[in-house]
Amino acid sequence: MKLSELKKDDKAVIIKIDTDDMMKSRLVSFGVAKGIELSVEAYSLANKTIEILVDDTLIGLRSDEADQIEVEKI
Amino acid sequence: MNAIKIVLAGQPNVGKSMLINAMSSSNSLKVGNFSGVTVEKTEICFEHHCHKLEMVDLPGTYSIRGYSQEEKVAHNYLLNEEYDVIINVLDSTHLQRNLLLTLELLKLNKKMILALNMADEAKKEGIEIDVAQIEAITGVPTVLVSASTGEGVDELLERVHDIADSHRRVSSNILYSNPIEEEILKLSKFFNERGFTLRDLSSREIAIRILFEDKDLYRELHEEPIMIELQPQIVASLEHIYTHHETKNINDVKANEYIAIAKGIRMETVKCSRQKNKKTPTKKIDDILINKYMGVPIFLFLMWGLFQLTFELGAIPMEWIDAGFGAFGEIVGSVIPHEATRSLIVDGIIAGVGSVMLFLPNIIILYIGIALLETTGYMSRVAFLLDGFFHKFGLHGKSFIPLVTGFGCTVPAYMSTRTLKSEKDRLITLFILGFMSCGAKLPVYVLFTGAFFGPEQAGNILFVIYIAGAMLGLVMAKALRVFVFKGEDEPFVMEMPKYRMPSLKLIWHTVYNKAKSYIKKAGTFILAASMLIWFASAYPKQPLLGEKYDIQIEQAGENKKLVSKLENQLKLEELEASYLGQLGKFSEPFFSPLGFDWKMAVALETGLAAKEVVVSTLGVLYAVGDDVDEESNSLIAQLKANVSFASAMAFIVFVMIYLPCLAASMVFAKEAGGYKYLFYLFVFTTVTAWVFAFITYRILIKIL
Ligand SMILES: Nc1nc2c(ncn2[C@@H]2O[C@H](COP(=O)(O)OP(=O)(O)OP(=O)(O)O)[C@@H](O)[C@H]2O)c(=O)[nH]1
Ligand SMILES: [Mg+2]
Repeated sequence: MKLSELKKDDKAVIIKIDTDDMMKSRLVSFGVAKGIELSVEAYSLANKTIEILVDDTLIGLRSDEADQIEVEKI
Repeated sequence: MNAIKIVLAGQPNVGKSMLINAMSSSNSLKVGNFSGVTVEKTEICFEHHCHKLEMVDLPGTYSIRGYSQEEKVAHNYLLNEEYDVIINVLDSTHLQRNLLLTLELLKLNKKMILALNMADEAKKEGIEIDVAQIEAITGVPTVLVSASTGEGVDELLERVHDIADSHRRVSSNILYSNPIEEEILKLSKFFNERGFTLRDLSSREIAIRILFEDKDLYRELHEEPIMIELQPQIVASLEHIYTHHETKNINDVKANEYIAIAKGIRMETVKCSRQKNKKTPTKKIDDILINKYMGVPIFLFLMWGLFQLTFELGAIPMEWIDAGFGAFGEIVGSVIPHEATRSLIVDGIIAGVGSVMLFLPNIIILYIGIALLETTGYMSRVAFLLDGFFHKFGLHGKSFIPLVTGFGCTVPAYMSTRTLKSEKDRLITLFILGFMSCGAKLPVYVLFTGAFFGPEQAGNILFVIYIAGAMLGLVMAKALRVFVFKGEDEPFVMEMPKYRMPSLKLIWHTVYNKAKSYIKKAGTFILAASMLIWFASAYPKQPLLGEKYDIQIEQAGENKKLVSKLENQLKLEELEASYLGQLGKFSEPFFSPLGFDWKMAVALETGLAAKEVVVSTLGVLYAVGDDVDEESNSLIAQLKANVSFASAMAFIVFVMIYLPCLAASMVFAKEAGGYKYLFYLFVFTTVTAWVFAFITYRILIKIL
């Protein structure tokens, strides 16, 4: 499923990141990559942005970007 | 002894700037709790152990291949400039992520020290770090420090001296995953057998670079005869690695390897005694502040509260300052016999500077508010909350940071647009930044709202003005996006820092420095401007006019009322004939549809130099043109007597929108990339200001 389909407080593992290289390397430098665990901490109004937690780092993402991240719920 | 040049590199918001402040025992670098506080390379020099130390503060960068403009600064500096030592600053509480950059920095083969910052926070969170072990793995000296308590700072300085004197090169013990290590071994064996060397790289290093497809190295190798034999080996090695990693993208492999190494180092060196599932304070606060439904209302409420405070609390000392300057002016006036000198000092300098100083308390409160926003960690949250909304208007959530900075001063705000990666996002943000009313416009607003609204309402009106400016900015951003800067959207990915208690010391320093520079500006620039304005309003002298009135006044004789009326008329006509009056009269046709008299027109024009000058000009003009109402001489009373409500509101609207001050305009031209943009900005803001002021004026005239 897509990252943007998770609910608040769900945990998941990243299976695939389907963005351009630029965005991918940015995500990697935040520690977001294939096989990494994350949890969803918050959504903003109308689910426009989503806050995820990856190893103690909180990251805000736009849902368009979250759409491109494939995850598996755990 | 030569100076030691030390460059600080690290991910954003790890405390690089604060660490330099701590090491140099100063407070000169700006510190804030969000990514992208430092956007420009800054150098600080100081002495330690009779050595000159030159410290270079770089913008934070998440990885060495920079992404936004300010990250490229760091990248270019690290790769191309001369320096002696890198201090790689890491956040001890986010070691794993920070190590990713460290791994890249190690590749640069420079003298390096790791500074594990935020030791105090780590301790509080129950994190224990085995520093010796990190040193053993990375092969670089490592020091646990805290920029905020000063712990470890001396040791760090000692280590800087040691390493600067030594000739030791970094040799790290970092191991990749098994399949990669196997291939590294194969390749380096091959190089050893052939006795192949390249620059001062070891064969292991060459092997690693080849496997990770280092483009520069390939270019160098291209010329070497060994390449013919090497090629099939590389292909085989990569094939092996690809099958293992289930991807054919070497960047993905590299990412996975780096993350695995960073994780490995963390597991080996960090012990955390905190329970895993316990809610952190940041999480608890986030549950409220970025709550899906409450988040935005809370933000609006906080902003409203700030403007309410700015007005209400600011009003108290304002009265004292006003009274103080008034009394001072009278005393000074009574001891100066020479008329022109007296007028210059009392009506020019004291009235002009005084009218600006009056608003110091408001400015201080506003700055405290902005400092709180910047140091608590709330700033990034608001960007997160508003991104959806901003995005609709063609802006980026990150634009929020320059926009808020713009409420303080537009100059640093223009510079902080560098954190926006897309050139178009940046230009749009630059163009609308002026709509965020800066601190210097606050005096104008406080003056007019104070004059035309009751004290209960003035705070609300102030809030409305600021929000209206911001809204207008958004609408204009949309227009620019649709008609001028069409283009792709930039993704929004942003780190949310943990909440930090604002340190009193930090806030005090920020606000104190801002207040100091405001006073300094009042004492220098505004003072000079006030003198200039006074001069332009008092000259050329009109002897003929004076003679004409003298005769009339003599004729009026005993009739006191008529005499004072004539005297006032004289002053008014003299003022209108002055240079300033001529300028005002000249531009009056442009402004009269908006309901501005020539004095207001002049104030707007002089306000192009600096927005405080709007108020000081009005102060001088109304002090010179002493009016009928002699009971109260305060500027507020003068405005009430001379300006209609509709014109006053139109005036506020015009000030809200039109061109920022001279200093900001220059920075704008630089940041936008040329004076032609400044010209566009001038046309854009002037037309918008005129149209909106016109609408405001006409509507108010109709309904009142
Ligand atoms: N508790 C604690 N807080 C710290 C320490 N060092 C820095 N901070 C806080 O961390 C935040 C970031 O500090 P900065 O010095 O602005 O970080 P920076 O690395 O220069 O950030 P950029 O310029 O954005 O790259 C601020 O809120 C500081 O108050 C520390 O040792 N302990
Ligand atoms: Mg900094």
